[in-house]
Amino acid sequence: MLELYILLIFMIIGAIVAIEVKDLLSSVIAVGAVGLGLSIVFLLLKAPDVAITQLVVEILCLIILIQATLKKDLPFSTTGRWFFNTVIAIGFIALFLYIAKDALQLLPEFGNPIMRVARSYLAEGLTKTGAVNLVSSVILDFRAYDTLGEATVLFTAVIGVLTLVRRQGRKKENEVIEKDDE
Amino acid sequence: MSKEHEQGMSVIVKTVTRLTVGMIFLYGVYIVLHGHISPGGGFAGGVIIALSFIHLMLAYGKDVALRKLSKKTASFFESTGALLFLAIGLLGFSGGYFFLNFIPKGEAFRLFSAGTIPLCNIAIGLKVGAGLFAIFVALAMLKLEKGEKK
Repeated sequence: MLELYILLIFMIIGAIVAIEVKDLLSSVIAVGAVGLGLSIVFLLLKAPDVAITQLVVEILCLIILIQATLKKDLPFSTTGRWFFNTVIAIGFIALFLYIAKDALQLLPEFGNPIMRVARSYLAEGLTKTGAVNLVSSVILDFRAYDTLGEATVLFTAVIGVLTLVRRQGRKKENEVIEKDDE
Repeated sequence: MSKEHEQGMSVIVKTVTRLTVGMIFLYGVYIVLHGHISPGGGFAGGVIIALSFIHLMLAYGKDVALRKLSKKTASFFESTGALLFLAIGLLGFSGGYFFLNFIPKGEAFRLFSAGTIPLCNIAIGLKVGAGLFAIFVALAMLKLEKGEKK
């Protein structure tokens, strides 16, 4: 348990650094440190599938964010309403803590999940699907419908980005586009 | 040196990239194909495949990477992956219901086992790899154009 707490403290410090640092590139790298710490936490909790996915997605996001932030002229939000903002933030933190006080007591203890449906998945997963990796037998057989929805979300996201960012959509009215950069 | 080697990063980065990029790609394919045996699966493997092409693009510049996998090919693979996944789900109706595991299960711990699960993994891997690479190319080109205007 001790190493979990050390990693959690490391991640919290990384998140605070990411907010407080003035340089945008350092902030992105601090966010990356938080993500890599989370990946090690998943490994310690014996969830290698999630750890691999977290690691590779974190690296991809880091590359894209660094590509986006290397230009220095990004706008910073420096409004003068710090008193108003702080009051709202503290109010919401107090509200969520108040609700969480009751809600967290209803959760099962850490490490002892409620195994109602999952027990039958664990018992019959291998015989019913033939897949040794039970995570993939759940996401691609028992709950394949969810995965189809997730795949549709990603497909829509890719189409949305390609539509918004392409040259054709951003040209001026009389501008002519060269063939090779679409 | 030919013209294509002028843009991109330094010679050291290019040499290391030339040596490692194939292995990264193969590791992604391995993760996709063994998704039903070892940890990993279609999504993680697909992201690693996309990262191998992004690696190539960061080191050698956009022309070399786009010659390996052009924007049109990426769109094609992404749509193919999505349709393949849907088709596997629809083929389940041949035996009764949506996403039925209609192929014989085979022996556990073998590569060819678990019915439709490896096929779904391949479809998702294609889709995720091509789609994320397309997003990266689109965002990187947007940034390039912005820089040129200023």
